This record gives sequence, structure tokens and C-alpha cells, in this order.
Amino acid sequence: MVAGAALVCGFIFGWGLLVSGMVQPAKVLAFLDILGAWDASLAVVMAAALAVSGLGFALIKRRQRPLLAAQLAWPSKTEIDAPLVTGAALFGIGWGLVGLCPGPALENLASLSPRIIVFVIAMAAGMALHDFWQQRRLTTREAATFAAADR
Amino acid sequence: MTNFTPVSAAIGGALIGLAAVLLTLFTGRIAGISGIFGGCLNLASGDKGWRIAFIAGLILAPLAGGLVGFPLAAPEMPASYVVIVAAGLLVGFGTRLGGGCTSGHGICGIARLSPRSIVATVIFMAVAVAVVALTRHGFGG
Repeated sequence: MVAGAALVCGFIFGWGLLVSGMVQPAKVLAFLDILGAWDASLAVVMAAALAVSGLGFALIKRRQRPLLAAQLAWPSKTEIDAPLVTGAALFGIGWGLVGLCPGPALENLASLSPRIIVFVIAMAAGMALHDFWQQRRLTTREAATFAAADR
Repeated sequence: MTNFTPVSAAIGGALIGLAAVLLTLFTGRIAGISGIFGGCLNLASGDKGWRIAFIAGLILAPLAGGLVGFPLAAPEMPASYVVIVAAGLLVGFGTRLGGGCTSGHGICGIARLSPRSIVATVIFMAVAVAVVALTRHGFGG
């Protein structure tokens, strides 16, 4: 049931990227290129998406729980910290270089373009690298805590 | 503005918003693609089924689109594989470190009025605009 709902949502999301043209890296870059022949379409996409999701989320908040799950799995963090700022900046560099963010990158796999496949593999590697680095940092910190406790 | 397409942009944007609302309404999850995809790669996490299903739907959309007159245009990508790999690594690492991408922060987060998401979206938009300005118009180009 949950997987079925997710499949339909992914399908609608994919149609949204397809119809709006945001699946095309060239159209995204045309929005980011404010010094060139600027294409404001992405701003309209965001405004429409925010209008629908803002209203929808406001209604969902009034419900006790989701239809197919025990509770909302919404992020609870509110702190603006260094990882948020650094991560957003690094993502912005990559996004500006090619015009692909994760959604359109995955959707474009349907084109079987070798360059898209390489991009998605690199993106997965970047995510895995981050998770590996986080894991190592955690274990090093734990080891340091244990060593301090031994003394 | 040469290629401004406000009508299709508004329809597509509304569909993206609808998908985000439905995913949360049914599963309680946030439609952040970097988080959904990242969770697929994490070997320790058990809840992969819905994540894989969402991504399958995302890839099926243009395949279905091709059947009804909405074909997926061949994506324009940089010639250099070095640039493609570097950008992919930055997008992957950056979205995991920053806890989201255009969908999770830019749409779902802002719609929930999350201060973290508003800050993240302003930063990645501004940086991406600066990168495009430099690569297309900077360095004497």
C-alpha cells in the first residue's frame, strides 16, 4: 500500500517536471543565467508548487496521522548550522555546473543517456562518501570518548 | 526572456506540489528526492520499498509521456565528463550534508515555513546563479 502510494506520487512528480520543462537541464540553466537570455519559468514552477503544497500541508497538519502510516516523519531541526550552509553551497555549485538536481537527474535516466548515467553514479558516490565520512567521524568521536573515560 | 513558458510551468509546478502533498498525506514522508534516493543507498536502513517505488514512478513518467505525446527531450549535458562527475559528486555530497535539495528544501521545506529550508534555498540558488554567471559570462567568456 505505502509503496503503491509512493509509486503514484513519484509518477505525478515526474509529470510535473516533464510538463514544466524542469527535467531539461538547459531550461534550469536558462533560469539561473540572469545575465543571459533569462527564462523565469522555474520561478513560476516554484510559486505554483508552493501554492499547492503550502495549502495541502496546512490541511495535513490538522490531521491526527497520515492515511497509511503511524505519524508524520517531518524534520524537527530548526537550527541554522554550518553543515546546512556548507551543504547548500556545495549543492549550488554542482547544480550551476550542469543544471541537474536529484529529481530531474533520476527522471532523465529514462533517456538512457550515458552522461546522465555517469552523473547519477557520481551523485550516488557523493552521497555514499558523505555517509561514510559521517560514520567515521562518529566512530572516531566515540573512540575518543571511550579513551577519555579509560584515563 | 526568450523561452518563458508560464502556463506549462504553472501546471507542472502544481503537479509537483500535488505529488508532495499526496506523499505526505498517505505515507507521512517528505518528497525530498535527495533524501529518498540517499535512503536507498544506505545499507543499514530497512525502509527501501517506498523509496524505490517513488523513484520508479519518477522514471516511468517520461516513458508514459512518450506514449501520449510528451516525449522526454534528449538532455543537454556538458561535453566534459570531468565536469559531469565533479557536479554529480557535489550535488550528492552537498544535498546529504545540507539535508535536502530543490524539492525537499525548495518546495516542501518552504511550504512548511521551515527557516532551515528557506536559508538553504536562498544559498543554493544564489551560488548556482553565481556559478552560471562565472562559467557563461566570466573569465572573458
